[in-house]
Amino acid sequence: MNKWYTAWLFLAPALIVLCVFFLVPVLAAFGLSLTDFDLYALADFHNLRFIALDNYLSLLRRPLFWSALRHTLYFVVAGMPLTIFASLGAALLLNSKLARCKSFFRTALFAPVVTTLVAVAVIWRYLFNARFGLVNYVLVSMGIHPVNWLGDPRWAMPTIILFAVWKNFGYNMIIFFAGLQSIPEELYEAARIDGASALAQFRHITLPMLRPTMLLVGILTMAGYFQLFAEPYVITEGGPLQSTVSVLYLMYSDAFKWWNLGVASAEAFVLFLLMFAVTVGFLRLMRRGERV
Amino acid sequence: MKIFRGRRLPIGMTVLMGIALLPGGCWKGTGESRKTLTFWAMGAESEAVRLLIPTFEREHPGIRVSVETLPWKGAHQKLLTAFAGGSTPDLCQLGNTWISEFAAVGALTPLGQMVKASSIVEQSDYFPGIWDTNVIGGALYGVPWYVDTRLLFYRKDLLEKAGFDHPPRTRAEWARQMAAIKAMAGPGRYAVLLPLNEFEPLVSFGLQQSGSMLREGGRYGNFESPGFKRALHFYGSIFRNGWAPLLTDADISNLWAEFAKGYFTFFLSGPWNLSELKANMPANLRNAWASAPLPGPNGPGASIAGGSSLVIFGASHHKKAAWQLIEFLSEPKVQSRFYQLVGDLPPRRTAWENSSLAGDPNASAFRVQLERAKPTPKVPEWQHIATEIGLIGERLAHGELTANQAARELDQRADAILAKRRWILDKKSQPLGKSGPAGHGLHVPPKGLTFCRSLDAG
Repeated sequence: MNKWYTAWLFLAPALIVLCVFFLVPVLAAFGLSLTDFDLYALADFHNLRFIALDNYLSLLRRPLFWSALRHTLYFVVAGMPLTIFASLGAALLLNSKLARCKSFFRTALFAPVVTTLVAVAVIWRYLFNARFGLVNYVLVSMGIHPVNWLGDPRWAMPTIILFAVWKNFGYNMIIFFAGLQSIPEELYEAARIDGASALAQFRHITLPMLRPTMLLVGILTMAGYFQLFAEPYVITEGGPLQSTVSVLYLMYSDAFKWWNLGVASAEAFVLFLLMFAVTVGFLRLMRRGERV
Repeated sequence: MKIFRGRRLPIGMTVLMGIALLPGGCWKGTGESRKTLTFWAMGAESEAVRLLIPTFEREHPGIRVSVETLPWKGAHQKLLTAFAGGSTPDLCQLGNTWISEFAAVGALTPLGQMVKASSIVEQSDYFPGIWDTNVIGGALYGVPWYVDTRLLFYRKDLLEKAGFDHPPRTRAEWARQMAAIKAMAGPGRYAVLLPLNEFEPLVSFGLQQSGSMLREGGRYGNFESPGFKRALHFYGSIFRNGWAPLLTDADISNLWAEFAKGYFTFFLSGPWNLSELKANMPANLRNAWASAPLPGPNGPGASIAGGSSLVIFGASHHKKAAWQLIEFLSEPKVQSRFYQLVGDLPPRRTAWENSSLAGDPNASAFRVQLERAKPTPKVPEWQHIATEIGLIGERLAHGELTANQAARELDQRADAILAKRRWILDKKSQPLGKSGPAGHGLHVPPKGLTFCRSLDAG
């Protein structure tokens, strides 16, 4: 009895902080998502209606929500593998015995991560300007037809994905790099003695040994990419033709532009459920792979 | 609100401002009885108004004014957040299309009594369309500070080369001119610039039509009316014929440089470009541009009655002092000075006649346009609806929708956005135990029992 009391006492600070800053807001947001809380309700509480799951149902009937979901998934499905390949590739190059000036390259490749997103995004907007941008200038000088990167609805999302990959791969690269360095050298030595090619070494030693790192990087990247917001907010403002509106961007407009807090809370919960489901699925997949 | 409003003050003025701010800093400690007014202003206006404040503080020794700057782009959102958090300023510069929204939530103080008692703010001296934007449901909530309307800026020399000696007066004439200019300019150059992320051009065309854009007292969208459909047709045809490029204003890095290069011959913009063009056009093109009223369906048409008003928040403890500041800023003398500082057009006719504006031929187009300026529908949801008009206009321009489809889509979205407003209006107009007013065919369930509400349909 006394022991329990002591345990709770020690847990209390953490629990109180969790409750006040996490549990209560989440429950309040869920309550909000069952009402039509908006500007009118803010002015006069009598204008608030309890509408049960109506926000969720109308969300499912709303084309813009589905297209936002599609854009978010597009971003995750295309952006995540690209980021992981880029960061793994960069980490392998850095880890290679042939590499020179390692610390310089490590810093240089990590630099995009620590730069301010808004500042870099503005520069990318110049680089990808349809008429005066450096990228199109290079394309034209190579005889390739210029692309309206940010003005064409088909190209805007790929441009944003490219930007996100460039901005984020350095972070994962550092994690992969640490993972690579913790692989014992003896394994490679033994493999070489057995006559394994570089590719075989990579497949049968590097990849399996990196599995826990891969899982961590995968989940971190996925959770981050589902919350796509700042990039379209700064670079395209959701355009052209709303082709870069993500779920979080939609939630932001509903909540803070139009103050439809009920609708926005419902969107937040749908996004949460989706991310939760995908993360659980991802973990299952990795665990099954482990057993095989 | 507008990216193209990114105006800068010259360096000399910034230095002056620094000096002007100094005494304010020194006075801080002196009198405890002094009231401090918090005044939120936006962008360039806030920089300019800081220069006017020292005079006001000299005239009213009991009041100190603290000017805080909001960026235009985030202003609407910041103000709403401030209201939600109970941290509104005493008075504020408010875009006049936002007034109905802030009035509806009860954030603003009605100013009718104060105007009646004032010898400085005279309603008859103001442009009627602009004054009207401040009147919501019969009550006055703001005093116009400066006006903004959209009209045509054009290259005289290019228009002459295409064979026209005067700017367009009707839409048909404008279309003929745009076709001729495009034929002359060839690919890669255009007749007109209408940035796709701006709703102002399409809303201006809509205002020129006889019908209102919302019907039944702002309960439903009225975009499928023949008038608005004509506006949509015209807007769509500009892009279909290749007279305007499919660009947003982020793609135009320097508007004036492009205008000087002849990338486009016409563009729609506000008064701030009068001074910008004077400063930014190369010397050989200094007289090659002019401004003209916006052509309407049959002759010079209406345009948006935009601009900013000064409002007092309901939560303010210094309403009297705030009103004194509004009166000061409304004096024609101060308004002329304000125009010199920042280039915002005054809303009072006396201020026009007593300033350098009177002799400026390019400003006279604005004078003509202002007498014809029309307010946009005054419902709290207008900003949201206007944004949807911009988005649908973009799809129309890209050829994703026809004008008829665009009109239908806009009506659906507007109706969904206005759903809550309808409910509230009906609740108010419903006397106890009786059914609501007949005629609009609305079934109104009692409060708390509504489980079905259609949201944004798109």
